[in-house]
Amino acid sequence: MCGMTITEKILARASNRERVAAGDVVFASVDKVMVHDVSGPGVMMVLRELERKGKRIERVWDSDRVWIAEDHFVPAVDKIAAENIMTLERMSERFGIKKHFKYGMGQYGICHTLSHEEAMVLPGEVYVGGDSHTNTTGALGCFATGMGHTDIAYVLIHGRIWFRVPETLLFKLEGSIPPYIMAKDIILKIIGDNGTDIANYKAMQFAGSAIAEMPMDERFTLTNMTTEAGAKNGIIEPDERTIAYVKERTDRPFKAVKGDEDAEYEEIFTYEVNRLEPIVAKPHSPANISYARELSSIEVDRAYIGSCTGAKYTDLLEAARIIKGKKAKVRLEVLPASQSIYMRALNDGLLSIFLEAGAVIGPPTCGACCGAHMGVLAKDEVCVSTTNRNFPGRMGHVESKTYLASPKVVAASAVTGRITDPRDV
Amino acid sequence: MVRGRVHKYARDNIDTDVIIPGPYLKIMDHNELAKHAMEGLDRDFVKKVKKGDFILAGRNFGCGSSREHAPIALSYAGISAVLALSFARIFYRNAVDGAYLLPIEIDEDAYNEIDDGDELEIDLDKNEVRNISKEKVYVMKPFPPLIKRIIEAGGLFNYTPE
Repeated sequence: MCGMTITEKILARASNRERVAAGDVVFASVDKVMVHDVSGPGVMMVLRELERKGKRIERVWDSDRVWIAEDHFVPAVDKIAAENIMTLERMSERFGIKKHFKYGMGQYGICHTLSHEEAMVLPGEVYVGGDSHTNTTGALGCFATGMGHTDIAYVLIHGRIWFRVPETLLFKLEGSIPPYIMAKDIILKIIGDNGTDIANYKAMQFAGSAIAEMPMDERFTLTNMTTEAGAKNGIIEPDERTIAYVKERTDRPFKAVKGDEDAEYEEIFTYEVNRLEPIVAKPHSPANISYARELSSIEVDRAYIGSCTGAKYTDLLEAARIIKGKKAKVRLEVLPASQSIYMRALNDGLLSIFLEAGAVIGPPTCGACCGAHMGVLAKDEVCVSTTNRNFPGRMGHVESKTYLASPKVVAASAVTGRITDPRDV
Repeated sequence: MVRGRVHKYARDNIDTDVIIPGPYLKIMDHNELAKHAMEGLDRDFVKKVKKGDFILAGRNFGCGSSREHAPIALSYAGISAVLALSFARIFYRNAVDGAYLLPIEIDEDAYNEIDDGDELEIDLDKNEVRNISKEKVYVMKPFPPLIKRIIEAGGLFNYTPE
């Protein structure tokens, strides 16, 4: 009998079993659950429907395990968005949910940034969120996955939900990371090589010497975009860096989990990262990749630095290093992923670098990444973006074009007005 | 047993942003969402669909976001089942747990031979898709036991775990 992967071990613990194997269907207890201004109102709608059927929900299973983010349409873009924020206010009030990050009241931001910045989730936990990029948090060594609002409502009431234990695809990233390469290049390469459904229903786990040297911010970019490969969860076994990161942010106890030596992986992929070149995903799929240098004739109208995958502190820092002392040739937008990142970028002078280059700095929000607001694209507009999706209409008009790239490539492209390899500026 | 007419979109990776574009995510009214179903791909979709109709598509249907708005918009536009070569996991889960529509996995033969406008009958007891227009029968991939029980219960909230 072979051992278990980290994902299997976490789900075995959460379902009170000695062991689970890929393909098993289990009802597992959930440690943390998150809703935001899109999924929260959806959850409340489900609860209203239950009430209409005569089942009023007086309390959630554990209000200390529930947290709320405001990120998609904030600051409220219109009356409907404002009403949704009021729904979240009523939700946290009614159920006594203390961790509600409100814009304009200190720390707030994109849920997939707060989850780790604020240590809302800990290594070894089962975490579900009402957003597909919940996978991001798996870089802490937890089982993190996204769900719709009916499932989240079920978890709020019962504290448990069904999971099919996923097979694990192991991606071994070996070698040292060249200075012009970021985690975004690596994950775009993986998705481009293998397709947007290679990991459907499965776990994507990352390991190898490149992971060992990778800062946490970069690891979150890898797990974030496992969603674009269809993965149920992305995960990285916790190491000293992970533990130190979490302990800097909380003194709550946790139990870090690692997979067994003889765990079974469905497939193992090896990437030599020292050989990678900067990569860009062309419209309209994250798998539609080219090298940045092959696209140097593509003129862009906009450069966008934002979102859960591309506006962490490290993302802003790397972009600022390229832009420093230069002017942007095209419209440049920078939206830090959280209030704390915003403040740190302000105090460290990064925001001055962007402002002097001509950029507009926006508030922490999902913003134009999901076509919500803060610079959505017009018909035929071309944007090079640090975000994670470029489906038709994702960032605005269905005939706009989004090229996905690392913060370094986006910064270099902002400076030249064309898609540009960071080595060429 | 469900019966309806097919709207065929012969492509892979039909994502949630074309099923219901991002700006509509703040809308919670199901009938309002339905007015914008498939807006990113086919502006005439809503006009064409009749209650009970089906969508036929390729691989990885519903990839992208966790927005439950996607199966809601399709369901309230009239779609009772999506037949596809494969489904993205969250769309599949949402469709079943919210009891909005049936996600039916079909094979390449069914995908290639069923045409836009064909009349189909789906038989969940026999795991069959019958093409009334062409007088052909295809197998559908049976639902895993738990999924089948949730569907029969009418969604996750009506299902009692053993």
